[in-house]
Amino acid sequence: MNHFFNSKMYRWLDERLDLEPVKNLIVHKTVPVHKHTLWYYLGGVTLFLFFIQVFTGILLLMYYQPTEDTAYESIQFILNKVHFGWLIRNIHSWGANLMIFFAFVHMFSVFFTRAYEKPRELTWVSGFILLVLAMAFGFSGYLLPWNELSFFATKVGTDIVGTIPLIGEKLKIIIRGGDDVSGATLSRFFGLHVAILPALFTMLLALHLSLVQRQGVSEPWFFKMLPEIKKRYISFFPDFVMRDMLLWLIINLIILSLAVFYPWNLGLKADPLSSAPLGIKPEWYFMFMFQTLKFLPPHLLGIEGETLGVLFFGLVAILWMMLPFIKIKNKFLYQHRFTPLLGILGLVFIIVMTILGYIL
Amino acid sequence: MKSNRRSFINLLLGVGSIGALAATLYPILSYLIPPKIREPKVTALKAGKVDDLKLNSAKIIRFGRVPVILIRADSGQYFALSATCTHLECIVQYESSRKQIICACHNGVYDLSGRNVSGPPPRPLDEYLVHVIDNEVIIAERKV
Repeated sequence: MNHFFNSKMYRWLDERLDLEPVKNLIVHKTVPVHKHTLWYYLGGVTLFLFFIQVFTGILLLMYYQPTEDTAYESIQFILNKVHFGWLIRNIHSWGANLMIFFAFVHMFSVFFTRAYEKPRELTWVSGFILLVLAMAFGFSGYLLPWNELSFFATKVGTDIVGTIPLIGEKLKIIIRGGDDVSGATLSRFFGLHVAILPALFTMLLALHLSLVQRQGVSEPWFFKMLPEIKKRYISFFPDFVMRDMLLWLIINLIILSLAVFYPWNLGLKADPLSSAPLGIKPEWYFMFMFQTLKFLPPHLLGIEGETLGVLFFGLVAILWMMLPFIKIKNKFLYQHRFTPLLGILGLVFIIVMTILGYIL
Repeated sequence: MKSNRRSFINLLLGVGSIGALAATLYPILSYLIPPKIREPKVTALKAGKVDDLKLNSAKIIRFGRVPVILIRADSGQYFALSATCTHLECIVQYESSRKQIICACHNGVYDLSGRNVSGPPPRPLDEYLVHVIDNEVIIAERKV
């Protein structure tokens, strides 16, 4: 590293840009070593998967055509005619799923290690919004192949938006670009997927990463309580980064294997006049909400079942995002002993509902 | 005096910014709401010959912009209902073994008259009139 800081190029840049703060960060930043160090790598893995998505997404853009008549055929063309088109498309599909999976695991690891408490409230909030945006990426991208499953998933998903009291119906029409899911919806989802969401995501990601760099890596309470002499650290550059990159290589290998051995089925082309196919299911990360809606009766407490479900999930999401700010009996929620139980309860609910969604 | 001038400028800036924001947001929101496209209103539709549809089977046809499911029961009687599930707008299908209409998305079940009998659908399916004239099946809107 010193070799680099003494190099001509570094000195040339330093004279013009004053790289002292960057150098300090690189030289002094450390990562604590303890039994939960593994969880520190998950944010980096999610970031790596985002890079894969951007890269493969740009490649898919070279051939994809976002209209009702050509979308499905253009994906068929990518899969069957374009050299390695099948690989790029399958990496993009697997990457999307893995990115959301790792974002979820990252979020829960932050929750259980209490890394979201003061002073990292904003990192938590920005991270949660990034997860919501990642799910919006998943939802909008799912429609783009214009196949039967994605058509009905979008119909259901956008109709759920319509159940939001007061603004729901207007919002549904804006999202769909009309009363029904049609070519207009495809255009809008394409714009959302390749322009609006990437712009929002990149800005928020920059904020999230700057906060992580500015505040350093969080130390869990049991580590903080150790005597100074017993605390072990590794340097961020190069030790942690090298390990992170090794993990990125492993993830790359996993994603390639999945893309080669478990390709994603394109299914049948969407037909607005065909019945929803039996056994239709959303993507796994929406499954717990889908299953909950299935269990709700048509009317509950005088309100339509799905409206109540949507309000419930909306409220839980807002409370979850505001977690670091919530106070009960003059103590922050994270200072209470029962708080991890809330996370376990949420996690069990998500896992059980997801499993039920697949077996029922 | 100085402070008055400053607060006046601040007020001007504040009001001006709100005005500029509103003037920007209003056209954007209006732009996002798709314009209504006039389409010829369909009130009745020929759905084929009587024998086109076998007993205990169904087909989905487009009635204007609305998908309608036409069912021919075992008895030969026809039923025409909106094919859009009243729960979350999936397209329903006829399950000939159970002689019921089901929605695969959330397991909604309707009987042949369109009544929601189980699952999450909150309302029955809209009903259409079916006439058989000169061996031709005709679906018509039910006038309220």
